[in-house]
Amino acid sequence: MRKFDLELGVGLFMIVGIICLGYLTIKLGKMEVLGDKGYEVQAVFSNSGGLKTGSSVMIAGVEVGRVKHIVLDDYEARVVINLPIGLKIQEDAIASVKTKGLIGEKYIEITPGGSEKIIVPGGKIRETQSAIDIEQLISNYVFGKL
Amino acid sequence: MSILRKLGEVSLDYLYRMGVMGMFLLKTFFYVFTPPLKINRFVKQVHFIGFQSMLVIVLTGCFTGMVMGFQGYNSLSKFGSDAFLGPMVGLSLIKELGPVLSAFVVTGMAGSAITAEIGIMRISEQIDAMELMGLNPYRYLVVPNFLAIIVSLPLLTALFDVIGIFGGYLVGVKLLGVGAGTYFGEMVSYVDMNDIMEGVYKSLSFGIIIVWVCCFKGYYTGVFTGFGAEGVSKATIQAVVLSFVLILVWDYFMTSLMF
Repeated sequence: MRKFDLELGVGLFMIVGIICLGYLTIKLGKMEVLGDKGYEVQAVFSNSGGLKTGSSVMIAGVEVGRVKHIVLDDYEARVVINLPIGLKIQEDAIASVKTKGLIGEKYIEITPGGSEKIIVPGGKIRETQSAIDIEQLISNYVFGKL
Repeated sequence: MSILRKLGEVSLDYLYRMGVMGMFLLKTFFYVFTPPLKINRFVKQVHFIGFQSMLVIVLTGCFTGMVMGFQGYNSLSKFGSDAFLGPMVGLSLIKELGPVLSAFVVTGMAGSAITAEIGIMRISEQIDAMELMGLNPYRYLVVPNFLAIIVSLPLLTALFDVIGIFGGYLVGVKLLGVGAGTYFGEMVSYVDMNDIMEGVYKSLSFGIIIVWVCCFKGYYTGVFTGFGAEGVSKATIQAVVLSFVLILVWDYFMTSLMF
């Protein structure tokens, strides 16, 4: 009975610990358990404004995907976005880099277009809008260029 | 002249002890990677280090999270950004407090007991008897502890983090009125896989520090701290204090390495 208790305790401890570790990595670490579900779309921005891998992609304020990676390509930021398969993006949709709140983090907002054509997986969103530089705006205002 | 000689003697003594300590770790690593492994001892030590520390981990984790909830809310609401309570509690628990405090709990609960146990075996000449019978004391006393702590400490840290986040939730959401969606949503968007891995790496390295210091102090009780009950008590004190200091110092270097 004593030996049984010992092994029961160890088993219980391992289960609880692994559940906690799993919760942390899957829920908070956003680890993909079953691989990437979805397709990729590219967008090129002249200024990504400090967008990061894992930043969210939103349509109408609803999070639909995440930024997979960002590379510098010909002095422009090429951003690869991961979107769920069911979601169709029109060819003339606009991707813009926006800020949550005044000093919040950056995210990509996709404004749907009206075209019949749908962007295929691996395709590219042509219409992009770079991050707004608030300091630039303020200095324009201060020095009367606005 | 005699002062100079004394200084040299003390430094040589320190150097010698550090060398013995380093050799102890190397030997332990060697025996960890060579069979046979004493499975029964290992399971017993996981029970002792992991299972028996769970209650204390849950208690300390819960109250740490609750305090973080209060303090974080207090500081953040001064800037009107109490929406960031979730990320603050989550990040500081996962990156710093979880690994360090659970390492402290394990040092206090298991580390001191390991030192005392091995120390008493040393002064009552049980280790010498083992060697005389041709058994390797490292395999029976050090390696099971080493593996058990490597397995247990990351799991205990994960438990600490989750319970702490829940404690922060209790205070922040239920008591102070931050939105539950805000608390968890912001936390999910700010905590990264890298942060969690940092916590795991930290707890693994703290585990090695604890088991190294505590086993070493116990194993060399007779040699460095004298025989008898006083020697064991001295060894235990030194083990706990040295573990605490090394954990905090190493924590700084780990953080600056991963910054």
